[in-house]
Amino acid sequence: MSEHNPFPGEKNSGHVWDDNLRELLNEPPTWWRIGFHASWIFVVLYTLMYPSWPLINTHFKGVMGWTSIEEYKQDMGAIEEIRAPFEDKIKTLSSADILADEELSNYVVRSAKVLFGDNCAACHGSGGQGNVNFPVLADDDWLYGGTITDIETTIAAGRQGMMTAHAAMLSTGEIDTLANAIIAGNIASEPLYAEKGCIGCHGADAKGMAMMGSANLTDGIWRFASADQLASVKYTIAHGVNDASDAQSRNAVMPVFGGGKLSDTEIKKLAVYVHKLGGGLQVADATEGATSSTP
Amino acid sequence: MENIRITTVTNQAEVNQKQVDELYEEAGYWHVNTGDQVIHSKRMPGKYRTIKWYTASIWLIYFFGPYLRWGDRQAVLFNIPNRQFYIFDITIMPQDVWMLAMVLLFFAILLAAVTSIAGRVFCGYFCFQTVWTDIFTLIEEKLEGLPTQRRKLDEEPLSARKVRIKAIKHSLWILIGVFTGLSFTAWFTDAYQLWIDLFTFNAPMMVVITIITFTIGTYVLAGFMREQTCFWLCPYARIQGVMYDSETILPTYDKLRGEPRGKLKKGQPIEGNGDCIDCNQCVAVCPTGIDIRHGQQEGCITCALCLDACDSVMDKINRPRGLIRYSSLDELTGVPQIPLHKRPRVLVYFGIMALAIVGLFYGLTNLGTFDLKVLHERQPLFVQQSDGTIQNKYVLKILNKTDKDMSISINAAGPEGLITQGIKEKTRLPANKLSSFTVFLRIPKENLESDRSEITFRIHSFEEFEDSIEYESMFYGPQPVKREQHERNDHD
Repeated sequence: MSEHNPFPGEKNSGHVWDDNLRELLNEPPTWWRIGFHASWIFVVLYTLMYPSWPLINTHFKGVMGWTSIEEYKQDMGAIEEIRAPFEDKIKTLSSADILADEELSNYVVRSAKVLFGDNCAACHGSGGQGNVNFPVLADDDWLYGGTITDIETTIAAGRQGMMTAHAAMLSTGEIDTLANAIIAGNIASEPLYAEKGCIGCHGADAKGMAMMGSANLTDGIWRFASADQLASVKYTIAHGVNDASDAQSRNAVMPVFGGGKLSDTEIKKLAVYVHKLGGGLQVADATEGATSSTP
Repeated sequence: MENIRITTVTNQAEVNQKQVDELYEEAGYWHVNTGDQVIHSKRMPGKYRTIKWYTASIWLIYFFGPYLRWGDRQAVLFNIPNRQFYIFDITIMPQDVWMLAMVLLFFAILLAAVTSIAGRVFCGYFCFQTVWTDIFTLIEEKLEGLPTQRRKLDEEPLSARKVRIKAIKHSLWILIGVFTGLSFTAWFTDAYQLWIDLFTFNAPMMVVITIITFTIGTYVLAGFMREQTCFWLCPYARIQGVMYDSETILPTYDKLRGEPRGKLKKGQPIEGNGDCIDCNQCVAVCPTGIDIRHGQQEGCITCALCLDACDSVMDKINRPRGLIRYSSLDELTGVPQIPLHKRPRVLVYFGIMALAIVGLFYGLTNLGTFDLKVLHERQPLFVQQSDGTIQNKYVLKILNKTDKDMSISINAAGPEGLITQGIKEKTRLPANKLSSFTVFLRIPKENLESDRSEITFRIHSFEEFEDSIEYESMFYGPQPVKREQHERNDHD
């Protein structure tokens, strides 16, 4: 081909098209060659340093011994280190002491969010707003008491609501009268209230007793809230709560989280977290509330 | 028939070939240096050379600014990890960063304004590429001699002398590179501590990487790339080029006066020739290696060094100065020049710049000592309390912008009977930190007229910072309609 080359002496490959279009054998540009060599050198070094080549049963580990899980563990270690002073204190202090310590309780409010989300939010809602048939934790109305120790006990030991089904004991008219009085907020002055023995559990002032977990009937906060609250109250009176003799009885069970399901530290944290949701009572408040007369 | 067609085709091909050849011929004169030759430009004293030294000295601030102190801290410090910018007694935090947009806007428009008035002033007088290259070539001249000697040295075979000279030159260049990187880093970390860290080998990885990157960048860009950076790498060079118009003053060769050019014969100009004696001094001094007599071109960074060169030659041959001078196209072609204040472009530019300045001034005078954001708890929106009040939960994020702890009060105003819970009368707000507080508000149900009521949080700081800030938020409650239903039920 070279003997027919119309452009001899020029560095071309001998391929000529359309009279003068030909392929030249120029060196690639320097910048391109630098980039090319830098690239493969990078690849070789990278695969030597980091886990890379597949082998028969394993893979080449890389001379640095780096793994992503190890890096993750190191990062977690760094976080644990920051948390350690708080966690150590929480371990030794009681929940009441943690609550009293502003810094520690702030730490708990921020860090126990995940714990609350995993264990409590399914029933009580992500912000303690409650759900149908599950109590609100963000208000100051507590069936079993709202002090930090009460809350801790509730989480650790669980709770089981109890109310006798009254369908067989009361007439429909009596249930109507009682339910309407409860909705109106004047149940304590309703003669049937004392007469039919409601007073035994709900108390003379109808404000409930934390010892028994009986509901406050005067505050307009409903354990079994419903769009038609009157019907809901009638239902509760008729069928009770957790009454084994009535198949339609209301179900109200707080599971046990103590005894290994959650650690003591986790329960303490959750108690503080729930207390701080918006309605936790101070010890003084709780006793005052029990003795105060109708507002 | 067939023959005629072939002839026509051949003629046509010849004509095409001729046109193509002419194109190539034209291109042959068009010399663009793509880095295959090193520009060794001559240094000449003169008016613009002096101006250049003054403008270049602005970069001394870059090198020595970080060592200024203000109280017990660096006067100007851009603390990225802590997201705090200190500029003398001003502290700028992320939420004030919109002011950066004002600064950028101002400088972007300043570039446009200056370019439309006087060309690539930034390129010629201020740009780090120009200034650093200038310093690098100065070192080169001091070590290797004048351009001719430099070219000779480059072509010489390796010798002990050549190696010694080159080694010193490159070490000095690298040293400047290191110092450039170090000075850059010093704006972002305590400058004095930086030196200590470097000499005790305790400098953070980021610092070392930054210094190495800048060293390599400086060494390569100012030592080797030089004018090629302006030709092919820098976008501003191209952007500024399109901002010229016929009113822009640029270093221009006065063709009418200079042409036809010709060399002197026996020390005297030839009769009928123009003022240009084709001495090529303007080309010799050009740092980008262009010939300004070809007119305005992409390689011209408008550094005006050719003006100095030409003026000194004109002085020698007793001709008036200004054969090459700052002149607009209008001036050269005899079109009446429009004064600055009548050019719409310039007026619009200055208007935008004024706006940016006003914005910046407003921002800097209204920084405040703290900042407040209120987040309303969504789940639950509200809860009813046992005493018949409705409770809403809020998270207040309060930023203390000062470097001193302050004591604040948090208050809320809204419908009658509003009670604030969960906050102490006086709260400590740690310096330079964002603190969050959970606040509960309670309002008696009967005082709520709607399911949403407006409330206002007011934060007041005591002691030396007497300052207050307000934030409007919402208080949620049950639908009043529902209440009416309840009331109706009561009557049943």
